[in-house]
Amino acid sequence: MKILVTIKQVPDTATQVKIAADGKTIDTTGITWIVSPYDEFAVEEALRIKEKRGQGEVVAVSLGPDRVKEALRSSLAMGCDRAIHLNDAVWSTADTLATAKALAAVVKQEAPQLVLCGRQAIDDDMGAVTAQLAEILGWPCAYWIMEEAIDADGKAIRAARQVEGGLEVFDLPLPAVLAAQKGLNEPRYPTLKGIMGAKKKEIKDVKAADLGIASEPSQLSVVGLEALPPRPAGRVIQGDVPTAVKELVRALREDAKAI
Amino acid sequence: MPNAFWCIVEDDRNGSPKKVMAEVIAEAARLAPGRVEAVWLTDKASEAGLKQLGKWGASRVLLLENAAFAPYRSEVWTAAAADLAAKESPAAIFAPVTSRQREFAARLAARLGVGLSADSVRFAMEGDKLVATRPVYAGKLLSKVTWAKSPWVATLRPNVFRPADAQPGKTASVERPTVSAAGAQMKFVERREEVSTGLPELTEAETVISGGRGMKGPENYVILEELGRVIGAAVGASRAAVDAGWRPHRFQIGQTGRTISPKLYLGFGVSGAIQHLAGMRTSKVIVAVNKDPEAPIFKIADFGIVADLFEVVPELTKEFKKLLEK
Repeated sequence: MKILVTIKQVPDTATQVKIAADGKTIDTTGITWIVSPYDEFAVEEALRIKEKRGQGEVVAVSLGPDRVKEALRSSLAMGCDRAIHLNDAVWSTADTLATAKALAAVVKQEAPQLVLCGRQAIDDDMGAVTAQLAEILGWPCAYWIMEEAIDADGKAIRAARQVEGGLEVFDLPLPAVLAAQKGLNEPRYPTLKGIMGAKKKEIKDVKAADLGIASEPSQLSVVGLEALPPRPAGRVIQGDVPTAVKELVRALREDAKAI
Repeated sequence: MPNAFWCIVEDDRNGSPKKVMAEVIAEAARLAPGRVEAVWLTDKASEAGLKQLGKWGASRVLLLENAAFAPYRSEVWTAAAADLAAKESPAAIFAPVTSRQREFAARLAARLGVGLSADSVRFAMEGDKLVATRPVYAGKLLSKVTWAKSPWVATLRPNVFRPADAQPGKTASVERPTVSAAGAQMKFVERREEVSTGLPELTEAETVISGGRGMKGPENYVILEELGRVIGAAVGASRAAVDAGWRPHRFQIGQTGRTISPKLYLGFGVSGAIQHLAGMRTSKVIVAVNKDPEAPIFKIADFGIVADLFEVVPELTKEFKKLLEK
């Protein structure tokens, strides 16, 4: 079974982000880049499916500038077989829909039976590409997957999605698109052998023209980035515990009107 | 007449809209007075539920009632809503952030070939264009976005927008348009209910209590649950506590968990790592209790107590009990 996993390279959560001079993007100087955590759950699940079935291929795909190769390399180190890098200036301001269109074109070329994505990327938190990819392909889709099982003949997948108050289980005919939620698995760390092996694996550069995609304006565009409005200075309540707690309850009731 | 602002109804699966719809409808009404329509895809809508949408300020309800719409499947909902959108040409399509609406709004936007602003926290009309503001980069920055064309599809973070007061005299006209309910490829197998804590749902609660690494172990969350029962709060946890296996992931607040925006957040033994702040920073009032005076959470807290949570929580439960019994 061929599985395609989409990954996005994002700034590490702990990294400081500053607004760039254009006011619309972040200054990338000094940023530590990582694979978005939800995408690691997707990669891990794809590798487990392949291992369980004893055969198959896992292809990692990412869209972004040259630095994205590093993210693809770490997916290869985890165990993906090869990678595709959508690397074209056309996509420098791609919104979720343009990204989904590019990924859909790759899916059509590669014809996998399953596409696994992360629930959302932790930089812009849009959480839209998985559903939009499914829509463009006309495939069924399940979000926030907590568990999955593919049937023996590889024709369908049973997936449990997290919803408010519980899990909903569905059977989806393959091919299908799934969005991985935290809790699906515990991603592995690349082994030294994996890291060494990844250097020899293929990362194919793909341009928009290779996919027959012409440049088109984004449907959603960023007008500008803003710093957060500062929160009013807080107050540390002094005194022994019973006194401090009494004062806290009073302040929540009377000053903040929060209770 | 300018086109309508649609509000996609999130319901309780029992025929009633969830109260977050009062926020979505109110915000739509603020932006487009008199042009708010509720679009409800469900297998069953109650009369009371339909009336409620009117009381909140929808002037018209487009009810798409069909057994195929429950449980929700993005492929079926998208076909039906796109079908209706082609006939009605709404100016905007709003939905609250829930697990299913996040997926549905994205898929519908792709079907309609338009942009999506997910998890929006502010809107403004600039001329004849809608501009949305949404948190990005773990909530460290805000991004203002706009659409190339309508309908402007957006999801709204719960507890951020001021809810409409129900006006008993207001009613909505109810129409039942015929739409496609086809396209199902997924087959529903079963629903597994979570063991109920008897406390409110994390993302919907007006008050949220969170326990971090300072809780020392899973057995100690009972004291937070007791406090939660007294003040009607949901109880969540930090990633440190979830990764330690003390609480299931569904209780995690933060970047790889739930995003919450309650009126009151109470953090106990929570250090305030960036990834936790990402999930609770838009809370209105933040209270932090931590033994460590240097804990980063104190930087964003409105009220802090530097003390052992195991002394503070029982005392707080006692004081709140006294207050609420009055």
